[in-house]
Amino acid sequence: MKQLFKGFALGAALLSAQPALAADRELLNTSYDIARELFAAYNVEFGKHWQEKTGETLEVKQSHAGSSRQAQAIIQGLRADVATFNQVTDIDILHARGGLIPENWAERLPNNSSPYYSTMAFLVRKDNPKNIQNWDDLVREDVALVMPNPKTSGNGRYTYLAALGYAQDEFGDDQASIDEFLSAFLGQVRVFDSGGRGATTTFIERGIGDALLTFESEVLNLADRFEDGEYLVITPSVSFLAEFPVTWIDDYVKQNDTEALAKEYLTHLYSEDSQRLLAGFNYRVHNETVKQENKDRFRDLKLKSIDDIAGGWEKAMADHFASGGKLDQLQRRR
Amino acid sequence: MANAHRRVGDQPWVRRSLIGTALLLAMFMLVIPVVVIFAQALSAGWSTFADNVTDQYTLHAIGLTLFVAALTVPLNLVFGTALAWSVTRFHFPGRKLLITLIDIPFAVSPVIAGLLYLLLYGRNGWLGGWLANYDVQLMFSWPGIVMVTVFVTCPFVARELIPLMQQQGSEEEEAGVVLGASGWRIFRKITLPNIKWALIYGVVLTNARAVGEFGAVSVVSGNVRGETNTLPLHVELLYQDYNVVGAFASASLLAAIAMLTLVVKAFVEWRQSRPIVSTPEKEVS
Repeated sequence: MKQLFKGFALGAALLSAQPALAADRELLNTSYDIARELFAAYNVEFGKHWQEKTGETLEVKQSHAGSSRQAQAIIQGLRADVATFNQVTDIDILHARGGLIPENWAERLPNNSSPYYSTMAFLVRKDNPKNIQNWDDLVREDVALVMPNPKTSGNGRYTYLAALGYAQDEFGDDQASIDEFLSAFLGQVRVFDSGGRGATTTFIERGIGDALLTFESEVLNLADRFEDGEYLVITPSVSFLAEFPVTWIDDYVKQNDTEALAKEYLTHLYSEDSQRLLAGFNYRVHNETVKQENKDRFRDLKLKSIDDIAGGWEKAMADHFASGGKLDQLQRRR
Repeated sequence: MANAHRRVGDQPWVRRSLIGTALLLAMFMLVIPVVVIFAQALSAGWSTFADNVTDQYTLHAIGLTLFVAALTVPLNLVFGTALAWSVTRFHFPGRKLLITLIDIPFAVSPVIAGLLYLLLYGRNGWLGGWLANYDVQLMFSWPGIVMVTVFVTCPFVARELIPLMQQQGSEEEEAGVVLGASGWRIFRKITLPNIKWALIYGVVLTNARAVGEFGAVSVVSGNVRGETNTLPLHVELLYQDYNVVGAFASASLLAAIAMLTLVVKAFVEWRQSRPIVSTPEKEVS
């Protein structure tokens, strides 16, 4: 029995020995996988801002995993104050299945509650040997592509929808030509990885493929990380508007008594300094000043939203990604 | 037995190639990976290793992992002993069924176990919804982690004790009863000394599994860094952060715990087998 208490005391001592627990306020942010560095930086900035404003010290706790899994955890009782996701559908589910937020959540903050956004771009190898400039270069017989699987990853879905958006602009109402283009495009994909990071590894570490198709933020990060010109970022003429939606979770902020704090945490993402920080992580932002500062980094292109391309997420999922949907039909055709 | 062995090994080259293959396999599947863990952990030098280990979140993960083990092991020690005692010393309807049920945590994948607890105790679960009304949150906090760890590790102690206690029989305890000893005294003076080493072995195994459990914990943890992140989860998180050295530094702590477990286990096995070794049989082998 003595040992039991000793063990218990030791564990309790180690748990309580964390200096971080000394903060006046706490906030839990659930986020997607690759946003760790981003929010680690933002939390420091926001902590300062909050202390200036209220005098209270703040500790923001972070939880990171795939955003669908995070949504599921929140519905099952993970008492997060805010959700910062990379897929609109995963926040919708918090309303539809969890009843934790109101249906009009997207209208509560500017720009569809999406403080930053990105788009789908290409990463090609040194000197761009296959001369890839736009979507129509990707369907050439000699080009091998690497992208995440649209069946399992939001990232892959965005790329598929971006290609569809391009084809719609190119062929107008000619559905047969659109289908043919998409089928040829999918035919050139050498590896469908299950997620974004996996696709990056396939392209960089295993050296497979001529072009990697993923978020612009990710390809810019990669191009920055390697020596000059080792990899080049290609921005197509048309691409998909990938929103990064955020929301506070009404039921939980009431329980946790963090409503004002959670709202400020998200609103502050729209401030000029925060927008500059976000741009530093290679996300596109709405603030005009920051936009001007980064206009070389983020090339102009035509961005199409999910409503433009497929008439909303619900319709897109049913028409394109459901079992037996357009994606399955096009892949079977090959 | 000894003769049968000798027959297989009659030809030296058969023996040598078999031993060689076994050694080679052990080398590639066991020894090298363990060496790699430590080599990677120290690849950027001792100071980086120390920085990684004393990182605020790593320390918290170590604390949480030990805390969970410190709750799990005593619980399962009491539960396993009580269970083994009742099924080996008493006959009652459903006894066989009970012995079979003990193995459920072994038969079920830990991820499924985690999901079951989530569906039962989560906010939308049968019990979780009711508990939420009283502001009790079990999942995505440390009680949930302890619950699934207890579930996953509950067979170890009982499984160690049952065969031993069956083999030993209950004569000594019956003698105690006849001589008028109380139940507690019988347990303390007769049963406990008999099962001592098996019990310690069970505890060692329980502890090893409780410290290393990933699947079930991952489902109910919520991955909140500095709050519900155990050491195995922390290793994965660091690895996905591209912090390979940090991941291996944390992994080396787990490996060190595992090796310590093996040392204790070897010692316990040696203690258990001592009476047999000291008999004249030794000369035969």
